[in-house]
Amino acid sequence: MLLELSSIRKSFGGVRALRDGNLSVAPRQVHALVGENGAGKSTLMKIVAGMLRRDGGDMLWKGRVVDFARPAEAHALGIHMVHQESLLAPHLTVSENVFLGRETRRGALLDRVGMERATARILESHHFPLQANWTVEKLSPAQKQIVEICRALHGEPSMLIFDEPTSSLSDTEAAEVFRTVRELRDRGIGIVYITHRLGELDEIADDVTVLRDGETVHSCPADEVSTREIVHHMVGRDVAAIYDRDKLAPGEVRLKVDVPGVALEVRAGEIVGIAGLMGAGRTEVCETIFGITPAKEGSIAVNGVERNIQSPHGAVEAGIALVTEDRQRTGLAIKLPVRTNVTLANMEAVCTGGVVQAGKERRVAEDYQTRLRMQVDNVEQSAWQLSGGNQQKVVIAKWLFRDTDIVLFDEPTRGIDVGAKAEVFALMDEMAREGKAIVMVSSELPELLQVADRILVMREGSVVAELPRETTQQEIMHHAAVGH
Amino acid sequence: MRPWGTDGGDEFMRNRSQAIQRLLPFISLALLFVVLSIASPYFLTATNLSSVIRQTAVINIMALGMTLVIVSGGIDLSVGSILAFSGVIGTMTMVGTGSVPLGIGVGIVCGTLWGCANGLMISMLRIPPFIVTLGTLGIVRGLTLVISGGLPVVGLPKEHGFLGEGTIGPAPFVLVVLVGCAVLTHFALHGTKLGRYTYAIGSNEAAAVYAGIPVARYKVAIYAICGLLTGVAGMIETSRLMTGQPTAGVSYELQVIAAVVIGGGSLTGGAGTVIGTLIGAFIMGLLSNGSDLLGVNPYWQQVIIGAIIILAVALDEARKRRFST
Repeated sequence: MLLELSSIRKSFGGVRALRDGNLSVAPRQVHALVGENGAGKSTLMKIVAGMLRRDGGDMLWKGRVVDFARPAEAHALGIHMVHQESLLAPHLTVSENVFLGRETRRGALLDRVGMERATARILESHHFPLQANWTVEKLSPAQKQIVEICRALHGEPSMLIFDEPTSSLSDTEAAEVFRTVRELRDRGIGIVYITHRLGELDEIADDVTVLRDGETVHSCPADEVSTREIVHHMVGRDVAAIYDRDKLAPGEVRLKVDVPGVALEVRAGEIVGIAGLMGAGRTEVCETIFGITPAKEGSIAVNGVERNIQSPHGAVEAGIALVTEDRQRTGLAIKLPVRTNVTLANMEAVCTGGVVQAGKERRVAEDYQTRLRMQVDNVEQSAWQLSGGNQQKVVIAKWLFRDTDIVLFDEPTRGIDVGAKAEVFALMDEMAREGKAIVMVSSELPELLQVADRILVMREGSVVAELPRETTQQEIMHHAAVGH
Repeated sequence: MRPWGTDGGDEFMRNRSQAIQRLLPFISLALLFVVLSIASPYFLTATNLSSVIRQTAVINIMALGMTLVIVSGGIDLSVGSILAFSGVIGTMTMVGTGSVPLGIGVGIVCGTLWGCANGLMISMLRIPPFIVTLGTLGIVRGLTLVISGGLPVVGLPKEHGFLGEGTIGPAPFVLVVLVGCAVLTHFALHGTKLGRYTYAIGSNEAAAVYAGIPVARYKVAIYAICGLLTGVAGMIETSRLMTGQPTAGVSYELQVIAAVVIGGGSLTGGAGTVIGTLIGAFIMGLLSNGSDLLGVNPYWQQVIIGAIIILAVALDEARKRRFST
């Protein structure tokens, strides 16, 4: 065995990311590591690559106990991680990126020619279709992935860790990555391959290890297990119901979307869930409906009237709100007080002739503070001082005050605790009861199953299935990961 | 730093040391005032004080507009050039028609239009404000020189002198103009939808867009107001000099930005107040006046003002680090 991990533990603050991580990797093997978001895959591999230190458990490298304080110590033993493309410097060339941080010199000057030659040698020996002097910026995502691989290959590795290498790639580009991975394996390198896409396992994996909630729950040769069994291992847990929602009789169609890949209808009083893996295009659907990336073809109709939505301003005017997935970046004016954030999308209602009626505005904000049970000292507190759950309530209050007919929720429970989650669901239910149409994008399948009336499953930019509320996580995962 | 900001006014007395930190620009101004009163017998005289007000009025009024721009997360480097353009076109109108109000009106309209142009290019072409206004800084200055042939506009009607040099009772007329502009800008920034959106755009432009605010439209309005106030300042400048100088206002943008920054405006947007800016502009005005009175070498004045800018921002950053954890 190259690498043997047993009972690895790791906590961040009070959160236990890994409780019992086990994994054995042999030379000349592609070992796939699968699991849901937050199952601990990346944490486990960061420990192996020297980016994190374990709290407990044993890590053996070629039979000897090892402990890495920094990535360079892992590199020295031949363990390299191939990161996603984001870690490259886009304005530099392929060779400059390969040698970034470990440039070779001739005297005081950089040995540009020598580094380009060395890079060209790596590219040639693996038949990579790249030139050492190309600028990384102009490369495709798959080519950038190859640059990352070259960075690792330059260190003459014994083991490579791939962290979701195909998550942003098209099928043809992914095929190129598979070819490369197989070729590296055939040269004797041990490979750990983290992936979300179960469809890839047949293509690439020799062995599969499944992580769930920080524990290794299954490990076996890839040909001894079916995709369905893997899905079962990934999600096979009973999550206590945190919210139970009565189904309402849906009213008239509030939102009708018909754009390439996505056709959906949401009625008054209905909560429609959208499931899918990372990169399946769920957030993009919200962004299209909300006018951030307007669809070039197709149509969006609100309350039966077709609307040409070209900007968020246009979307809000049409009666559509979006609770974004990233509160810090797009949800809140974080430095401004709660009061300002609550009224921001509906200033007209607290203004007379463009002049803010301070007293009225304050009362509105305080009213929502009470109704939504925001835990804030007063409405003048800056938004950044609040907890995630309270920030989310501020965002929801903003749209409640605007009173749009349609509310899109993108990952509404991200970064908030269980109590606040239940409150957010209660608010969504209340909105539905008031006759609003709700779309909920979520990676949390148990939550979708509890809250949504029906669930659309997306894969690679398209809706591939529509499932009733009574469906199962396995069923959703099956459609999301492998299709029909 | 928001000495009297209506936004966040309530948490203002929560912590005494925080309050002192927030009041720092005002305390510095008061201290400077006291020190100069003691150090020079000529400082606290009506003549000297009205001369300080006349000298700082131009920078002060431009800084009001710049406050809006900086609060919105932008910057306007072209104000010095716009000041000259407005002054030259305004005085040419005056000389041509013999009408002072018409000339002043035309000057202000010119400033407003250039502000609009800046705002349109920033929001339509999606070019950073620094670049757009660096470009218009050159374009507007060049056009001013072309139109005027590089020569000052002379022979202005005598009545035009009232704007910059006249008095109402004991007070210089420019003080009335300055107070009027400051009250209106303060109200616009802290009491209107426009002002609220200005803070929202500067605090987090993406969030403002996602809240459905027509950000592009409001940016044009913000730069237009900055241009308008620069036009007003340009006409005051011509009144003080009694000529339309095509080379007026060179490097004023730096003093204007400095006034906003000393007064607590943040170049990353979302912070700044009209009162802070006024204090910042007066601190700079008093420093320069005091140095003159005390016979400090004018070369050293630049050194002192430069150091004050760095010190003010360093203190502000230290305050933020201390209170934002």
